[in-house]
Amino acid sequence: MASAPPSTHSAITLTVNGEKHPLTVDHRTTLLDALRERLDLTGTKKGCDQGQCGACTVLIDGRRAVSCLQLAVAADGREITTVEGLADGDRLHPVQQAFLDLDGYQCGYCTPGQICSAVAVIEEHAAGWPSAATDDVRPEAGPPELTPEEIRERMSGNLCRCAAYVSIVEAVARAAGERTGGAADGAEEAAA
Amino acid sequence: MKEFGYRRADDVSGAVALLAAEPEARYLGGGTNLVDLMKTGVERPALLVDVRELPLDRVETTPDGGLRIGATVTNSDLAAHPEVRRRYPALTQAVLAGASGQLRNMATVGGNLLQRTRCGYFTDVTRPCNKREPGSGCSAIEGEHHNHAVLGASDHCVAVHPSDMGVALTAFDAVVTYESADGPGELPLSDFYLPVGDTPHRETALPPGALITGVTLPPAPVAARSRYRKVRERASYAFAIGSVAAALDVRDGVVHEARLAFGAVASRPWRARAAERALTGAPADAAAFAAAADAELAAARPLPHNGYKVPLMRNLAVAVLTELAEETAR
Repeated sequence: MASAPPSTHSAITLTVNGEKHPLTVDHRTTLLDALRERLDLTGTKKGCDQGQCGACTVLIDGRRAVSCLQLAVAADGREITTVEGLADGDRLHPVQQAFLDLDGYQCGYCTPGQICSAVAVIEEHAAGWPSAATDDVRPEAGPPELTPEEIRERMSGNLCRCAAYVSIVEAVARAAGERTGGAADGAEEAAA
Repeated sequence: MKEFGYRRADDVSGAVALLAAEPEARYLGGGTNLVDLMKTGVERPALLVDVRELPLDRVETTPDGGLRIGATVTNSDLAAHPEVRRRYPALTQAVLAGASGQLRNMATVGGNLLQRTRCGYFTDVTRPCNKREPGSGCSAIEGEHHNHAVLGASDHCVAVHPSDMGVALTAFDAVVTYESADGPGELPLSDFYLPVGDTPHRETALPPGALITGVTLPPAPVAARSRYRKVRERASYAFAIGSVAAALDVRDGVVHEARLAFGAVASRPWRARAAERALTGAPADAAAFAAAADAELAAARPLPHNGYKVPLMRNLAVAVLTELAEETAR
């Protein structure tokens, strides 16, 4: 038996969609591979595996992150939400429903990442975060309106090889509008 | 990927001690660059010391009106911080111009400064690269270098530093603080990155095993009117081919104080001090802005395929300074 320090494996607990999963991981395991290969949560997709496409986007402690560059061992003790954890039973998350209603996809491979990212985009915007599309970032300027341009910039970390972007922007605008009671309806119309 | 150990640091001194005991160890912050480099075999650490949970995650105002930014503050939190947006808006703009929302949530300030070049030869272990494998040669000088350095490079390496954040930090006289086995220390960002020379593999003046603990921004009233503009090959989510951070204080049509820094043109964020000297006391008009940019770019040594960067940077500097001057006039 090898007993050479430092150990290359660790016993961790991954908390995914509210459920605790104790497991021993090789330190090289990414969160993405742990979710798919160890926990059979295959909703999260592997695209580039280099942090460039966004297909593997999940929420970690409520914030969107690419799970392909997140080591599983470093996610020990953090709250992870995957696309499987967004719906409330049979009731889809408003972002999921909007993607469905507005055809925010074609082949669907990037969709779980797009949806997880969009859920976070809407929260980031609601928290008043500016983006690279925001003209005046000073706090006195107030929060930016979630225009199609803002949505495109904020979603730019999620690539869609089918180029379903037009419908994705509409879906994000609709879901954001529902969250704020219709404030972003203009954005959805402008996106259409 | 080579197997490696993993330890989560409890405190700064513990993290530094772990690095001191294992020369092949690396600090792990957000991992957005390091994990990627480990996958491709560029980085092969024996041990990762995870510093993400160290209590270095706050942005605080200093009594003199500056800011103290902890090393583990994420790019997202830095960009969204009201005092950063109010006092150094170009810093928020620079951070938001980089990477994607997902990566900004993971990446940290300390890691941003220590990220490696995206030169395609550095990241390809099958190709010669003096930065990755000292003495092996530079593949870019005779190869693909349309996005490589025009300032401060050498015959040994022409790679550029990819940071957007660092460009704004450089313009605002940021000071990097660190902890090493010999105790705490600090380095002005302008002295943090070493000249390329014949040692492109030696990138920073940090002592071996030192941990960046934060970045201090001195008060800079001029920075309240500042901008960052980035040019890239697509509209979003790409590294710069050229960028400018600028701040301008114009009084009665004359430049009282100017800050200017260039990105994606050198092995480090490039503070344009020759341009700043030319601007100070000059009329705030396009001719003076162009002359100032030319003063900086006189030292440019473009390669066969990146000569476009010289007029690009000139036009970019003039455009951003003109916008700032017009903003002042309103």
